[in-house]
Amino acid sequence: MDRPSATSLIGQQTVYQAKIFIRTPVAAFFTLVFPLMLLVLFAAIFGSEEIEELGVTVAQYFAPALAVFAAANATYSNVGVGTAYQRDEGILKRVKGTPLPAWVFFTGKMAASTAIAAVATVIMMAVGVFAYGITIYPRTLAAATLTFLVGTACFAALGLLVAAVSPTGGAATAITNATLLPIAFLSGLFIPTTSESPQWILTVGNFFPLKHFNDAFQQAFLPGTTGAQFDWGAIGYMALWGFVALLLGLRLFKWETTQGTGRTKRDKVKVD
Amino acid sequence: MSAIGIQGLVKNYGDVQAVRGIDLTVEEGEVFALLGPNGAGKTTTVEILEGHREATSGEVSVLGYDPAKAERPFKERIGIVLQETSVERELKVGEAIDIYGGSYPKQMDTADLVEIVGLTEKIDARIGTLSGGQKRRLELALGIVGDPDLIFLDEPTTGFDPSARRDAWGVIDNLRSLGKTILLTTHYMDEAQNLSDRVAVIANGVIVAEGTPDTLGGREFAATRISFQRPKGAVPPFAGTTAAQGVVSFESTDPTRDVHKLTGWAIEHNIELIGLNVARPSLEDVYLGLTEDNGNG
Repeated sequence: MDRPSATSLIGQQTVYQAKIFIRTPVAAFFTLVFPLMLLVLFAAIFGSEEIEELGVTVAQYFAPALAVFAAANATYSNVGVGTAYQRDEGILKRVKGTPLPAWVFFTGKMAASTAIAAVATVIMMAVGVFAYGITIYPRTLAAATLTFLVGTACFAALGLLVAAVSPTGGAATAITNATLLPIAFLSGLFIPTTSESPQWILTVGNFFPLKHFNDAFQQAFLPGTTGAQFDWGAIGYMALWGFVALLLGLRLFKWETTQGTGRTKRDKVKVD
Repeated sequence: MSAIGIQGLVKNYGDVQAVRGIDLTVEEGEVFALLGPNGAGKTTTVEILEGHREATSGEVSVLGYDPAKAERPFKERIGIVLQETSVERELKVGEAIDIYGGSYPKQMDTADLVEIVGLTEKIDARIGTLSGGQKRRLELALGIVGDPDLIFLDEPTTGFDPSARRDAWGVIDNLRSLGKTILLTTHYMDEAQNLSDRVAVIANGVIVAEGTPDTLGGREFAATRISFQRPKGAVPPFAGTTAAQGVVSFESTDPTRDVHKLTGWAIEHNIELIGLNVARPSLEDVYLGLTEDNGNG
């Protein structure tokens, strides 16, 4: 009999990973609902004020910024935390015992998280358009889409790296929270950073890919621009981060729980 | 070709020698049981054969493959039922079987498979809602979904109630009749006795005995123990030793003759020999003797 094709396996894996996400209420809430709550709150607090430095309304700024936040959550947090918990539970060990190629498993995970990020982003932008009157420009949609795809791929790869270096699911949760939230602040996702922000904030923010994701995505929704608005510098920078994260993540990845010495937990508990 | 061939297998974890030189051959179509106390090296050995661990030294061949290379054609022909693994709680039983079966070229039909393991009614149930025994049956289903030639069962019925265990044995017997090779580890002597063609006992990382369940450790040559309740007011032809509740027992190297002599005496004196029992040492007796000799227990 024939071996199943890689395409059908990737499709199956993607659907299955997405199903697990949808059926995990906590993950679905933090990815799909929580960023929307922030948008509603920010708009309620700041009203229809303009952000002076940028010359856009609060909603015009925060809808794309929080879409980026949701996309980063869907990829970075969900891949990182979800995979580390799957290792704790022995699910990864089971997968490794089947003929499923590892790269198909990882591709399915990343594709599912990108699809979820797309849903979160579309919902966020749709709410922005219909509830807060922000404008979408057909000429910049290609740039927005490419920025989104490279950005989510980058953060999915970073999630894989977190899963690779986290000894447990709890550690992965701590690492993603302790990195994503502060960097989101430094990157202007919750408070716009401008040229008047402290220099160190700009420097640190510029180092991580999240600010580049936000800037490039924002650029596609900025009123008063012309042309397609591809931010190739940001896209290239995210691609570089993602590539390095993917290489490191695959290299360091473990399919079974470990405890410090490189021996598995079970070896330590009972060698039988 | 043998299904499994192991020569001089050694596995060290740091300073700990988990496996200290094992030689073992399992033929195609055989059901082979590895017995041994916790920490004896059973699971380490099995996990090396599955490709989950690398041997420190020694030769290992499984279906002609080196399992450490974890090649796809190798994994397509084996099925693994591990301890301490789990399946996503969020999935339904049928979904899990479809997904885990998806990567095998010879995927079994999901409806047939749930029928075989007795989960037909649970096919649409979330795995998180299953009982412990039902989860174990699902794991058995996931182990055989690829219609493997060789199946590893690591303590397949631990935690089962007696009727679930009988059901699982039925499934395993069925697999045997399909010509599958099965390597199982177990703590249960009745399981090894009922299921396996051959058994090996591991203690302290070495094999201390190997044979059929009936011949292990010289069991077939061991003395037979004959026992019965001491009859009132009569002196039986064998002195033996008298234990609690007046049970007389003695060892016999010629049980046919001795039983004949004993029952002949009883009929002659019109005595009913209450609790008459003729027994060879059980597999468990042999096992305990073997593992205690080797410093385990």
